[in-house]
Amino acid sequence: MKKAFWLAGAMALALAQPAMAADSVKIGFVSTFSGPTAVIGNDMRNSFELALDHLGRKIDGKPVEVIYEDDQQKPDVGKQKTEKLVQSDKVDFIVGYIWSNVLLASLKTAVDSKTFLISANAGPSQLAGELCSPYVFSTSWQNDQTPQAVGTYMNQKGVKSVFLIGPNYAAGKDMLAGVKSTFKGQVVGEEYTVWPSQLDFSAELTKAKNSKAESIFVFYPGAAGVQFLNQYAQAGIKQQIPLYTAFTIDELSLPLQKDNALGVPGAQQWVNDLPNEENKKFVADYRKKYPGLRPTFYGAQSYDAANLINSAVVAVKGDLTKKDAMKAEMEKVNFKSVRGPFKYGNNHIPIQNFYLQDVVKDAEGQLSLKTVATIVKDDQDRFHDKCPMK
Amino acid sequence: MYLVVEQLLNGLQFGLLLFLLAAGLTLVFGIMDFVNLAHGSLYMMGAYFAATFVAWTGSFVLGALMALGATLLLGIALEYVALRHLYGRDHLDQVLATFGLILFFNDAVRLIWGPAGLALPLPAWLTVPVQIIPGVYYPAYRLMIIVVALAVAAMLYLVVMRTRIGMLIRAGASNREMIGALGINIKLLFTLVFGLGAALAGLAGLMQAPILTVQIGMGENILILAFVIIVIGGIGSIRGAFMAAIFVGIIDTMGRAFLPDLLRKVLSGAAASTAAPALSSMLIYLLMAIILVLRPEGLFPAARR
Repeated sequence: MKKAFWLAGAMALALAQPAMAADSVKIGFVSTFSGPTAVIGNDMRNSFELALDHLGRKIDGKPVEVIYEDDQQKPDVGKQKTEKLVQSDKVDFIVGYIWSNVLLASLKTAVDSKTFLISANAGPSQLAGELCSPYVFSTSWQNDQTPQAVGTYMNQKGVKSVFLIGPNYAAGKDMLAGVKSTFKGQVVGEEYTVWPSQLDFSAELTKAKNSKAESIFVFYPGAAGVQFLNQYAQAGIKQQIPLYTAFTIDELSLPLQKDNALGVPGAQQWVNDLPNEENKKFVADYRKKYPGLRPTFYGAQSYDAANLINSAVVAVKGDLTKKDAMKAEMEKVNFKSVRGPFKYGNNHIPIQNFYLQDVVKDAEGQLSLKTVATIVKDDQDRFHDKCPMK
Repeated sequence: MYLVVEQLLNGLQFGLLLFLLAAGLTLVFGIMDFVNLAHGSLYMMGAYFAATFVAWTGSFVLGALMALGATLLLGIALEYVALRHLYGRDHLDQVLATFGLILFFNDAVRLIWGPAGLALPLPAWLTVPVQIIPGVYYPAYRLMIIVVALAVAAMLYLVVMRTRIGMLIRAGASNREMIGALGINIKLLFTLVFGLGAALAGLAGLMQAPILTVQIGMGENILILAFVIIVIGGIGSIRGAFMAAIFVGIIDTMGRAFLPDLLRKVLSGAAASTAAPALSSMLIYLLMAIILVLRPEGLFPAARR
């Protein structure tokens, strides 16, 4: 009898929750907050919080409630956390997702419930193509786009052959496919490593060295990027074969990669020194709010996600039930992105510029990333034709 | 041909590193009958100590030696404060308690050093490739790992087989009650053995640190491999751990190096590149399963107790 009483009470509480939620904007944020890649999740959370500070902690006059959930970099955990946010927290937006495999596992839950999902990093090819959805937007890129830009840059440099190395998961495959789609030279070899457990790349580096390729391309986000660069330099290959990267060197890995990263080029849609006003404010205030830290592209994308949400809620005057109007507003990109202006394609993936970034010593004597050139302008991902949305 | 030599060296280096980790684990497991899941945490602490001391002293060798001493002391303190109360307990209790220690160490590191991880850069003289035979260059640092690990293995062999302490350790492994009854201070012996195991784990951690990054949880993945090795080698057997570690290191590396190309001959390119990493990481577990079926006690079982 007593049990039944408690059960009834709990159910009443659960039912009462959505009614309370009506006068605030509820946002679920799924990212990695534990383990070696937690630094990425922290950077995303820091930037999202900074964006909310800049919005005065209110969206269209309503208080904002953010629920951060840790996906532990595991697809099954990410899916559970997404289900929790959708079904029991009943959030209005879900933001985050570093990892393509985590996003792919979580996607259906969000889309089926018609909850807006904003990917602030992961961009699997499926999301841009057959799995595109009116409720899903990206403030990052489709995985292939960045390595495609690297491939284009390698063509400009006249590189004749390349050896590709990347991790064996959704994003790793997209990245290597991306380089191959634009690089005009010969692909001498292609190696996939176990993700995320393999940390020693000696076998792959030895093969790359013996393949007589003119260059090496890698994609290793997070700590793996540090390990790869260390081993690449220690093996003495840095003096022999130049390295090209995507998402391997950023403001989080650079303090650990140190001089090993000097002169290793990469491509990115956002670099900390992009000269627009929003970006200057973002970078300066981030460094003020979090002393000793520097924002990364992960953070920049999360910052944009908060502003994208703000634009949608303001457009419907806070009536979060008007999903179609919110979708139409978000498609207009009616906010100022820290990467500079961009447009959305039919699949809600940005059409944007990609820049060449290099590692240099800055005025403070610290290693930092610098924009060198624009590799491609207004680049659209190559899967948008497969998306049924027009 | 050179490729094979180089990949064999890669495998040997990986195997020897695993040996350092597995040797401590097998000593503690075999002699003290104690399951220590926190062995990986000592490996992590070795790496963090080394990164800190090398930054302080500015010398890689000095910092590494200090880190080794620090891990030894930490191991002894850990045994004295926490673990000796668990010897009489069930294995399950030991697993639970040492799992708790993993969480404790991870959060202690997060508090002291922060969540971002540390870098342990190598001195310039270790970052050059060395020509070992004409035409084959090998990273100096990986070569140093091979030399140091072989020296440690030889030293361990001498200590265990040729000294009085070693005799006591072997005696402890085959019959604990009896050496206690003969008036040997078994408590002190256990503390020493645990300290030695901790120092070996610390050595593995600090030598691995410049190749990988120093980060929270770095000991957990590699601990699984260490357990595989002591199962293959025979629990409590240093010689078994040595042979099994080299087997595992070489099989793992050769699998990663040559399996993809072999598979590409039978499968389509895309299928082969997806299947190969998965299959090569399974090889060592296959080896373990086969050994468990054919010789459940491992390749070189320690003397029966």
